[in-house]
Formats: sequence, structure tokens, C-alpha cells
Amino acid sequence: MTGMTLAAAIPPISAPHIEYLQLSPMLAVFGAALVGILAEAFVPRRHRYTTQIGIALAGLAASFGLILYLAVDGYATNKADLAAMGAVAVDGPSLFLQGVITLVAVVAVLQFAERRLEPRSGTGAAVDAFAPEAAAVPGSDAERRAATSGHATTEIYPLTMFAVGGMLLFPAASDLLTMFVALEVFSLPLYLLCALARRRRLLSQEAAVKYFLLGAFSSAFFLFGLALVYGYAGSVQLSRIADVVEGKATITPALAQTTGNDVLLLIGLAMLGVGLLFKVGAVPFHMWTPDVYQGAPTPVTGFMASATKVAAFGAMLRLLYVAFPGLSWDWRPVLWGVAILTMVAGAIIAVTQTDVKRLLAYSSVAHAGFILTGVIALDRSGLGAVMFYLAAYSFVTLGAFAVVTLVRDADGEATHLSRWAGLGRRSPLLAAVFALFLLAFAGIPLTSGFTGKFAVFQAASGSGATALVIVGVLSSAVAAFFYIRVIVLMFFSDPRADGPTVAVPSPLTGAAIGLGAVVTVVLGVAPEYFLHLANQASLFVR
Amino acid sequence: MSFPILTVAAALPAVGAVLTAALPPATNTRSRDRNKVVPLLFSLGTLVLACVVAARYQPHGARYQMTENHSWIPQFGINYSLGVDGLGVVLILLTGVLVPFVMLASWHDADPVVDDSGTFERNRRTQGFFALILAVEAMVVIAFEATDVFLFYVFFEAMLIPMYFLIGGFGDRTKGEDARQRSYAAVKFLLYNLLGGLVMLAAVIGLYTITHTFSLVSITTALQNGSLHFSSTAENALFLGFMFAFAVKAPLWPLHTWLPNAMGEATPGVAVLITAVVDKVGTFAMLRFCLQLFPQASKTFAPAILVLSVIGILYGALLAVGQKDIKRLVAYASISHFGFIILGIFALTSQGQSGAELYMVNHGVSTAAWLLVAGFLMSRRGSRLIADYGGVQKVAPIMAGTFLVGGLAILSLPGLGPFVSEFLVLVGTFERYPALGIVATAGIVLAALYVLVLYQRTMTGPVKPGNEGVGDLKARELVVVAPLIALLLVLGVYPKPIADIVNPSVNQTLSQMGQSDPTPHLTSAHSNAATTTTGGGQ
Repeated sequence: MTGMTLAAAIPPISAPHIEYLQLSPMLAVFGAALVGILAEAFVPRRHRYTTQIGIALAGLAASFGLILYLAVDGYATNKADLAAMGAVAVDGPSLFLQGVITLVAVVAVLQFAERRLEPRSGTGAAVDAFAPEAAAVPGSDAERRAATSGHATTEIYPLTMFAVGGMLLFPAASDLLTMFVALEVFSLPLYLLCALARRRRLLSQEAAVKYFLLGAFSSAFFLFGLALVYGYAGSVQLSRIADVVEGKATITPALAQTTGNDVLLLIGLAMLGVGLLFKVGAVPFHMWTPDVYQGAPTPVTGFMASATKVAAFGAMLRLLYVAFPGLSWDWRPVLWGVAILTMVAGAIIAVTQTDVKRLLAYSSVAHAGFILTGVIALDRSGLGAVMFYLAAYSFVTLGAFAVVTLVRDADGEATHLSRWAGLGRRSPLLAAVFALFLLAFAGIPLTSGFTGKFAVFQAASGSGATALVIVGVLSSAVAAFFYIRVIVLMFFSDPRADGPTVAVPSPLTGAAIGLGAVVTVVLGVAPEYFLHLANQASLFVR
Repeated sequence: MSFPILTVAAALPAVGAVLTAALPPATNTRSRDRNKVVPLLFSLGTLVLACVVAARYQPHGARYQMTENHSWIPQFGINYSLGVDGLGVVLILLTGVLVPFVMLASWHDADPVVDDSGTFERNRRTQGFFALILAVEAMVVIAFEATDVFLFYVFFEAMLIPMYFLIGGFGDRTKGEDARQRSYAAVKFLLYNLLGGLVMLAAVIGLYTITHTFSLVSITTALQNGSLHFSSTAENALFLGFMFAFAVKAPLWPLHTWLPNAMGEATPGVAVLITAVVDKVGTFAMLRFCLQLFPQASKTFAPAILVLSVIGILYGALLAVGQKDIKRLVAYASISHFGFIILGIFALTSQGQSGAELYMVNHGVSTAAWLLVAGFLMSRRGSRLIADYGGVQKVAPIMAGTFLVGGLAILSLPGLGPFVSEFLVLVGTFERYPALGIVATAGIVLAALYVLVLYQRTMTGPVKPGNEGVGDLKARELVVVAPLIALLLVLGVYPKPIADIVNPSVNQTLSQMGQSDPTPHLTSAHSNAATTTTGGGQ
């Protein structure tokens, strides 16, 4: 008797229905990561490098192909839906941002694989920007032994694949728990990658520790916020939270005591916001960016600066646009303040920087502020504008950091700005390309930076945020100053006798820089198609 | 579809710029000259196209002619739409005329360094200089043609980049030349103009938020038939945003401080390009965008702008009198002249505006003549300080003579081009603001002072030590100077062709603003005189 009652009381647990096709872009990347780990274990050392690159690129290519297939098949528009029991949204913004992330990752892997920049002489074998063994100092016997015996940090490729997988999931996550898991999945490999620089080892490890500690804090904030919001809404589903916020949902009796408690909601949202603003590097959560950007191996910095920003802004957009549009009276003023602070502080602090990587770090802070102005618009044009900006910005960033890897002296990359004096006279082409990227950062017309900036400012202005646009424009003027200072230094200063040389890259880095330059010009001169794409994709599924 | 002459006129120098930059670097004198002849031919081709545009233009036809319209970024309602009115035609012509002369005058300014063994320094510096000039020309031409606010903005901003490299990258190899000063001047130029441009960007976005279009024609039509109405706060704010950018570019006192630096450090040819061509985009845009898009705000702010421009006239002239450096003197003289142009524009009378539009042409030609001859002089002695010269007319009479004619044009001697325009501007201003007209007239007196004192110090008197070897103008230099002086004479004696092109669009602009000339209230004799003056131009 009792057994029968129990059987009736507990509904049968059926296996969840998983839409493998919709999830396939992420599965392809995670699959590549797992295969990469197996390769690390079983493939002989000599072949690991090529095998790992092959696996990573194949996984990314497959993922990008699947994203294209899904988008063409209508999953970005009319077939957009939630997959995996409502945990993952496969819709326009997801697919657009995932497409950008996979392309960025392809370029990043090409740069990770660059082995021609470090001189062979000291090591006896081609080495990349990563430390072969933790204790092997560059140029030492230990490193030479490690390099000649084929030790190399090929585990960066599976680590990168995990990070990319997490980044693909992050903007697509449609419940807070999935979002948190994605956040951790892409953050942890990044902490590791930051610590692996071959040169300036201490700086790199310091960067990794800082990034990890602060990142762990921000994750904790996010998790605590998640718990509070769950207490408020009785669900981690974004759409369900939105319903509760708007008072349309029935309340679960078990949570009746806390449900609808605005204190939980507001504190929870603030904490979620802290977690996300940390990841995008907005003021006042930007303190980690300069140190981490400077310390991490430059290819990793490029990857982190572009892909992390895309993923984190994607998640922020989904969180604010899907779960909390009903609360916009509360979060918009706060974001206004954050955006203004971010633009102004990023631009002004950047003026005093003397290191290229730190300069680009503060410039990325300022750009986070510009992107936030688009987020605040809270309408379709804002969403489209932010997505376009992210796509445009990430390729400029990748290209700029790729150029930084090429300007070298005996101690590796010459990142101090004074060393860049007269670069335009020594290698005009490279300096011209870097100038192009700087002009794009500065938002000069006919570059992608201008189109993106125009799009977000226009969206912000359309939603009535005129003051933000004015602050944005003024901080653009300040920002233009330091970008132009670098151009002056490269073209109008006399080269130093002991100045750095420009390493001749392999086609890998060449391709990365070339792609960055092409995208910068195309999105600046003929952005129509891509703006159309971003606009078409700019509708969240709930 | 008709032949897209306007696109071609802008595309030709652009193609020339790319082609010139792509030529192989010079290895000997022949290839060096080839690398300079190619861009010169492109600039002459552009001049031919500019003449075709002028010939096709019908002064009494539609407001904008030879229009082209293509969708560019439909998401933001941005179109690639071109069209010229009278002022546009005249300024395109001016650009087309001046650029070949600037190139010829700057023939050796960027020559490659040759070492003792006669080997050329192998780089693209020389051709880069000429390619940049062509790039500036292309962008200036398209700015004069654009009838889409956004399209205009894009090229208004983008032309800063080649200008910046022209100023910062190519010094004039004279005494007192300092690479640091030059890069300071280039950066100052860029930052001033970029700030102006960014403020304008905010206004451009604001305009779009209100009107949802960038088309100049649709906005002005909507304003006229009343289907669009700006609130006065919005209109004032947008006007100030646009005007700020144009006032930096033009430049209007007190936003002028970049000009003496930029013109002082640039080569004489580039200095002419700045003041005679690029800065005209600023005054042109005041007429085309500020007045037409924001008629009410233009009227509101006109008195303030007039006061600033009169200050600019006197301030520029006074500082010109005190300069020790020839190029800075010319720069301050230009600030004074831009004051006159802006005065004419915002007096909002038909004489004033016709005068201002003629003034843009005359100022371009006269400054080019004056400054290019001064450049030839400076290149001989390797100094730009007035104190280093004296008695040049004894050793180089032709140079001294052409320098004098150029200077007389600058001080508006009757019979030379600028006189007509300056007179019209003053008459037009006097009609509505007699006091300002009277004060501005003092600028003419000061102009006589700085021009003649400069002439006296450099050309007359005993030959100063070091000046004995100053040779007279060479054939290439005569080819530059003679046509410009001829042009000044033609414009001074018979300005009718230009006035005919310009006047109808002046009247259209004023009628769009709902502004008519004040009724003459002085004695009949005086008003007759004023009518005859404009009558000459109709």
C-alpha cells in the first residue's frame, strides 16, 4: 500500500530532453577541449604542437560552421528558443556573439601558435610566448633542455578551448546557475593562461594571482546575488524572474515568505551586476585590467581583452534585457553613473600611461564605458549597436595586441612607449597598421571604431540619454589624445639607436594582423551588411 | 542614370593618391620626377573635372544640381548623396585651381635625401607627400558636394588625418625649424579639430534623434513646410554643436590658436592648403548646414558671432603687425580675413553673404599668391624670420614685384579680387549693424600696415648681408605665380562670372531662413549705390 502511494506521489523522473543540434556549437568546442586533453596524454611530445593546433582549429571551425548553419536555418529569428530544459537560449544575440567569439578564438589560437618571434639561438628549438616549464628561466640551460627535448606548454590549447566553450555558453545562458557555471568555466582557464608567460615570469604570475583573487571575489558576489534573487523570485530562470518582477507570476507557496521582497531583489541585482561589471572591466571594478593585461602573455591578453568582453557584455545584456527590464528605473541610473565614471576614468588615466599594454588596458576600460552607453538604451537598437560594437572592437583589439608581440628587443617585447619612438621610420607598414588600429580605437570616421561608437551613441541618444552621449564624446576627445600621442611617437620622433626591432612573423601572426586590419576597414567603410545582421539578431528569446 | 560627375571629381584625386603612394620609390632623378609628375597630372585632371562641373551648373536651375543618391548605411538612414549649389561649385573650382599650384610650388619640399655617392634614400616620403595632398583634395571636394549631414561629417573628420601627417611629417627645412615644434603643431591642429568634430558628432546624433534622417534636403524641406519643428532649446544646442566645429576649422576667434602653429611649422605649400582650401570647409559648412538647418538659432546667435568675428578681424590684424616670422604673419592675417568671411555670413544680408562667398575664393587665391612667393623667398635664404631679409628687390625684382601684388591683394587694393568681396561684406554688415561695420573697417587699415611693413622690411632698403645671393623667380615658380596674379586681376575687374554662380544660392539660403535685407532707410543716393553694387553681380 505505502509503496504504491509513494510511487504515485513521486512523478517518474524522465531523462531531460536535450536539443543536441542547438547546443552543438558549444559541444564541438568542449569536445575539442576533451580530445585535446587526451592528445596531451597520449600523443608523443614531438607531434603535440601540430596535433593540438589541428584539434583546436578543427573544433572552432566546426563550431563556427554549426553556428552559421543554425543561423541560416532560422534559429536566430523565428526558430529561436530555449534549449536544454530552458537553461540555454539559442537566439539571435547568442548566435551572433558566439560567432564573434569563435572567430576571435581562431585568431587567438593562431597567435598562440606563433613560434618564430623568439630567437632560436638561445633555446635550440622554436619556442612560443609560453613558459615550457615553470622553473625554466628564459635563456637558461634548463629551458634549453626543456625546449630541445620537446617540452612545451601545449596544454594551452585545451585550456583555451575550455575558456572558449564557457564564453560561448555565457551569453547564451538563460538561467542564473548556467550563467554562473559558464562564468567559472571560462574564467579558470584564463587565470592559468595568464600565469604562463615565458618572459617576465614574476609579472605574469603576479597578474594571474591578482586576476584569480579578484575574479574569485567577483564570482562570489555573483553567486551571492544569484542566491538572493532566487530568494526573491523562487527561480533562477531569467524569464521567470522577469515575470515575478513584473508581478505576473504565481508565487511558490514554499517561498512565499521571501518572494517579492524587494530588498533581496535590489541587493541581489546589485551583486550580480558587480560580478559582470568586474568581467567587462568597468570602473570601479577595473583595477585588475592594467596589471593583468600587462603581465599576461600578449597573445593571451589579446584573447582575453576581446573575447571576455564579448561574452561578459553578452551575459550582461541578457540579464538586464530579459530578467530585469521591469526594474530599469532602478538599474539604469546606476549604470549611468558607472558608464560615465568608466569613460572618464579610463580615458584620463590612460593619458599618463607609458607602457603600451597598460595603455591598451585603460583604453579597454574606456571602451567598456562606451559600450555601456549602448546597454543603457534598453531597446532593440541598443542591443544591435552593442553587438556590432563588440564585433568591431574585438578585431581591432586582437590586431593591436598582435602588433605589440612583434616589436621586440633582446628582452622580449619592448612595451615601454619610449621604445616605440620612430617605429614609423623603421617599419612604416607595421606602424601604419598599428596607426589604423589606434585611429579605430579613437573612433575616426571610415574605421570600424567610428561606426560602432556612432551606433551606441545613437542608440543612447534615442533613449534619451543625451548627457551620456555628451560625456562619451568628450571622453572620446581625451582618448583621442593618447592614441594620437602614440602615432606621433611612431612617426614624428627620431628612432633610438638601440631601439627595438620588428620581428618578422610567421604567416600565423601575419594573418591575425591582416584580418584585424581588413575587418577594421570593412566595418568602417561598408558596415551595412553587418549592421543589418546585428539588428536582425537583436531580439532575445525568453 | 546620368554620368556621376561629382563622384568622379572626388574619386579621381583619391585614385591618384593611392596610385602615387604605390609607385616604386625613387632611385634617381628621373624616377623622382616621375613620382611627382603623376600626382600633378591627377590634380590637373581634377581641375578639368571641376571646370566641367562649373560649366554644367545652371545658376538659376535647381537648388542642388548633378545630384547623386545611393543608400549607404540604411540602418541609420545614411545616404551617399551629393549635389552642388553655387557656392559648392565655386569652391570646388577653387580647390581644383589651387592644388596643382600648391604641388608645383612644393616641388622640392619633400625631395629624398641624396647622400655623397649620389644614392637616393630609398623610401616613399616624397611620393607620400604628394599622395597626402591628393587625399586631402579628394576629401575636401567630397565635403563640398555632400548633401547628407553624416557623409559630410565623415569627410570633415577624415581629412584631419592626411592634414595631420602633412603638417607633422614635412618640415620646411628653414632656420628655426624644429621637429618638436612641428609635431606639437600637428598635434595641436589635430586635437583642436578633433574636439570640434566630436562636439559636432554629438550634435549630428542629436539631429538624427529628432529628425530620423540625415538628408539636408528633406530636413530643410520639412522645416519650410512646417512638418518639422525644433524646440528652441534643441535648435540652439544643435546649432552650437555644429557651429563649434566649424568655428574651430574656419577659425573664429578665440578658437584660432592652432592656425599660427600649424601654418608656421608646415611647408608654405601645406600652409596654403590649410588656409586657402581646408579651412574653407568650415565657412562653407556654416552657410550650408548652420544657416539652413537651424535658421532660428542662427538669427539668435548672429550678434554674438558677429562680435567674435570683429574681434577676430582686429586681433588677427594686430598680431600680424607684430610678427617676426613671415609664415605666422600670414597666419594671423588669415585669421583676420576669416573674421571678414564669418562677418559676411552672419550679417544675414544678401550683399554680406555674396561678399563672404566671393571672399572665400579671393582669400584663397590671394593668400596662395602671397604665401607661395614668400615661400620661394624663404627657401632661398633658409629662414622664415623677417629680420633676416632686406633689400631683396634689388637682387630679385620679379620676386619682389609679385610679392607686392600678392600683398596688395591681401590688403584689398581696388582692382584686385579681394577688394570687391571685402567691400560687399562691409556694406552688407553696415546695412544691419552699422557699428560693427565701422569697427571692422579698421581691419583694412591694419591690413595695409602689416602688408606694407612686411614688404618694406624684406624687400626695400639696402641689401642685407646674406641676401646678395637670393636669385629671382625660376620658370617653375613663375608658372605658379603668374596665373594666380592674373586670376586676382580678373576677379578684381570682372567678378561677374563667379558672382553669377554664387548669388542665386545666396538668395535661396536667405529666403529659406525667412530673412530679407533691411529696407534702406538712408538717403536715396546711398541706397542706390548699394543696389548698384549688388546689381553688378546679378
